[in-house]
Amino acid sequence: MKHTLKTIVALVVVVALSSFAYVGKGHGYHIGDIATDFELENIDGNKVSLADFDDAKGFIVVFTCNTCPYAVAYEDRIEALNKKYEDQGYPVIAIMPNNTDVKPGDNMEAMKARAKAKGFTFPYLMDEGQKIYPQYGATKTPHIFVLQKSSEGNVVKYIGAIDDNYQDEKAVNTRYVEDAVDALIEGKEIQEKQTRAIGCSIKV
Amino acid sequence: MKNMWILCLLVCLSCKDTSEPKNEIASETANNIEVSDVELEVFDYDGLENFLSSKTEKIYVVNFWATWCKPCIKELPYFEAINETYDDVEVILVSLDFPSKYESQLKPYIVEHQLKSQVVALNDVDANTWIPKVDKDWTGAIPATVIFSQNKRQFYERSFNYDELESEIKQFLK
Repeated sequence: MKHTLKTIVALVVVVALSSFAYVGKGHGYHIGDIATDFELENIDGNKVSLADFDDAKGFIVVFTCNTCPYAVAYEDRIEALNKKYEDQGYPVIAIMPNNTDVKPGDNMEAMKARAKAKGFTFPYLMDEGQKIYPQYGATKTPHIFVLQKSSEGNVVKYIGAIDDNYQDEKAVNTRYVEDAVDALIEGKEIQEKQTRAIGCSIKV
Repeated sequence: MKNMWILCLLVCLSCKDTSEPKNEIASETANNIEVSDVELEVFDYDGLENFLSSKTEKIYVVNFWATWCKPCIKELPYFEAINETYDDVEVILVSLDFPSKYESQLKPYIVEHQLKSQVVALNDVDANTWIPKVDKDWTGAIPATVIFSQNKRQFYERSFNYDELESEIKQFLK
C-alpha cells in the first residue's frame, strides 16, 4: 500500500514537472523542426487539420486574436497574405491561443463576429485547452510560423513577425513572411528565418 | 513586521486604485495636474539605451508595458510600490503604447493613476533590431522587465506579483 502511494506521488511529480516543461519558454519549435498537426474548431463549426489541405505546399500559421492591438493592426495584412498565397499553395491558418475565461473578447462568438466584420477568408481556429501554442512555442499575438510540407511532415521554415512596421503598412521596409514564402516557392534559401516583434503575451 | 508594512502599503495602493475616483479628480484639480501638463518623453531605441545601462550605484528596474496590456496594468502598482519603498531602486516604465494613443490613453492613464515612477515612451517600429538588444532571449511579449545594477543584470519575460518582484529586487540589494 505504502509502495503504491509512493508510486502515485512519484507519478504526480513526474506529470507536474513534465506539464511544466511543456508550457515553459524555450521549448517551442526551432527552424527545421517538424510541426505538429492539430484538429481545432473553426469559426464555421468544422474541425480543421493541416492534413485536410491536400493541395497545400505549406502553411502560414498565425497565432493571433481579436483583442491585442498589435494583432488588430495586422488583421488586414494577414488577410492579404492569405489572398496572395492561398492559390500558390501556402494558405493562412489562424489560431487563437488565449484563455477565453481571461479574455472573453477572444471567445468563439467574438472570433466569428470579428472574422465576419473583417471578411477573413482563412480558417480562424480556437486553440481549445491551449494545447497547440505551447508546442509551437508561440509566446504572443501575432506570432507567425511558416511551414513547408515534406515527406516527414510540416517543416518549420520561418518564425517571427509579419513585417518590420506594425504602425504603418506603407512604411514597411521588409516583408519577412512574404520574403520567406517567396523563397520557399522559388526553392531558394530564406534570408531571415527568425525575427522578433512586440506582441501581447498569450493569456493563460 | 516588514511584511505587515508591505501589506498595508498594498492595501493602501489597492484602495487608491479602486475607490472614489471623484476624490482623485478633485485632488488633480487642486494640484492642477491635467493631461495637458504631462510631459511625455518619446524615444527611439537609441534614445532609450541611456536608460538601460547603469550610471549610478542604484538598482534600475525597467518595465516594458502599455495601457492596453492587461497583465502589465495589473502589475504596475507593484512596480510603483517598489519605487516608493526602496530609495536605492529606480523604476522606469517604458510605454509601448501606439503614438496615436499618447494623448487619448497614455497621458490620461498617468494622470489618473498618479504614476510616480518615470514614464517614457518607446516609439521604434523596427522591433526586430532593438528587441535582441534589450535581451537576446526576449521573444517580444509584454510585460517584460529588466533589472540591473552596475555588476548584475537580469531579464524577465513574465508578470510579477509584489512578493515575486521584491524577492528579485532583494537579489540585487544583497
